[in-house]
Amino acid sequence: MSDTTSSDMRQLYQEVILDHNRKPRNWGSILGANRHAEGHNPLCGDHIKLSMNVLDDKIESIAFEGHGCAICKASASMMTGAVKGKSMQDAETMVEEFRGMATGTLDPDNQDNHLGKLKVFAGVKDLPSRVKCAILPWHTLHAALHPVLGPAEGSENSVSTEGAADPIPGAEIGGQ
Amino acid sequence: MNAAYPKRSLDVEKIRGDFPILKLQVNGKPLVYLDNAASSQMPQAVIDRIVRYQSEEHSNIHRAVHYLSELATKEFEEARVKVQKFINAKESREVIFTRGTTEAINLVMHGYGRAFIGRGDEIIISGLEHHANIVPWQMLAEEKGAVLRVIPMNDAGELLIDEFEALFNAKTKFLALTHVSNALGTINPVKQMVAFAHKHGVPVLLDGAQAAPHQVLDVQELDCDFYAFSGHKMCGPTGIGVLYGKAQMLEKMQPYQGGGDMILSVTFEKTTYNVIPAKFEAGTPPIMAAIALGAAIDYLQSIGMANIEAYEHELLAYATEQVSSMPGVRVIGTAKHKAAVMSFEIKGVHPHDVGTILNSEGIAIRTGHHCAQPVMQRFHVPATARASFAFYNTKSEIDKLVVGIRKVQEMFS
Repeated sequence: MSDTTSSDMRQLYQEVILDHNRKPRNWGSILGANRHAEGHNPLCGDHIKLSMNVLDDKIESIAFEGHGCAICKASASMMTGAVKGKSMQDAETMVEEFRGMATGTLDPDNQDNHLGKLKVFAGVKDLPSRVKCAILPWHTLHAALHPVLGPAEGSENSVSTEGAADPIPGAEIGGQ
Repeated sequence: MNAAYPKRSLDVEKIRGDFPILKLQVNGKPLVYLDNAASSQMPQAVIDRIVRYQSEEHSNIHRAVHYLSELATKEFEEARVKVQKFINAKESREVIFTRGTTEAINLVMHGYGRAFIGRGDEIIISGLEHHANIVPWQMLAEEKGAVLRVIPMNDAGELLIDEFEALFNAKTKFLALTHVSNALGTINPVKQMVAFAHKHGVPVLLDGAQAAPHQVLDVQELDCDFYAFSGHKMCGPTGIGVLYGKAQMLEKMQPYQGGGDMILSVTFEKTTYNVIPAKFEAGTPPIMAAIALGAAIDYLQSIGMANIEAYEHELLAYATEQVSSMPGVRVIGTAKHKAAVMSFEIKGVHPHDVGTILNSEGIAIRTGHHCAQPVMQRFHVPATARASFAFYNTKSEIDKLVVGIRKVQEMFS
């Protein structure tokens, strides 16, 4: 079991996370967005709805709404800020890096990455039951970047973290 | 019978000594285990019984003539008698061992529901049910073209009895009802509700998963047709549960699973099913777990279910008073009659964050929808934090919970 103390809690619930939880950035939905995806975490009821406009391979605008715990909301809020203006490939790289950091396969202080401020979420790797809270927005972004029906229709995608901590194919299955 | 045990106050310090896990340190703090509604802890007596069974008594049952098989069979069947007495069933053959409450309910859905419920028939459940007492009936309704009717509740989490009674009509064929709500702790007036259903000729299954560990049970007095509960919520191991059924109901039901032990004779043309309870216990059962459940019942009865009930009520009253007086904290589920479950929410903080921060203080609570999403929807919350108590919890542990809640509030202020 993970060994967490009060100071570790301050490490996890840093002011920046609490601030994004209180005042999420890019909150809402984009009218006429060409990419949508929804993410659910049935275990705790987290629910994220993401909408984006992708033009010429670039994320022009992105917004989210829904409800969730502080970790999930702050992760979504900071994610939207981090990928806005990025190319799809760069956003996808960040999805991979964030997943790696949250599941402990990427050490953000010693391995190359583009996570920047998102490193505040590194602490979740010690809390297996919370990894999926942090990752959910990123899965949702991944789903929006890879629409099942094709972007022309403005497809609805849905991703769930029931059972697997990290449900992207090839990812490790997390225990409950 | 339970009532025969003398009423006395509990020596909780002595009781705590019976549970090795309660000595555990979690995150450098003494474990405060308040997740008993999910699963209770196991006393040394039950652990020892498991070790003794596996070291000295194990074999398959109901089969061979050798010493170990006869011994294991005897212990297994004695455990059935212990369960019978614990719930005051008329006969031990009315006790079916299952994998847990969920399997017990599914057994009734398959064995009774599929045989006796058809197109247009109505099944009544309540808004308080655990998913285990919703989904099987939904599956049956879908398969048969039957209709699910739901008893609504008030803002305290109490079922509306007038509305319950109004649901009955000529098409009503079954009532599946929880005895005690796992999410809110509400104790339903099941005896009165069973009597009403019977007036309309409707059989009743009670989900007793949250009741069996906490109170004196008498299925004959309740007069329910079926009663389901789990071993691991009452100091026993996982993998064992009980379905009580009135003999005349079980006898007219179809088997749930086919296999060994549930037959009298098999040819390729025809199989003759065994009598109850064997008819419903296909394959090798969880022998060790059943015997350990028997030992758990012995342990609970040495304390006395009435004593446990009274003490837990005291704990719940104390916890409710302490927590509901905190600013920014709301207790969800304020029924007049409640068992040792306290769901709550802290304003502005998601239950999952509450659970993580309390865990860092060594406090184990459950956070989430408690497999009762319709209850969450009724109270317009995605999830709650839930502290649930057992007879080995103390008021000082509740004080630690209060301190922990304050820490959560400070962090999120």
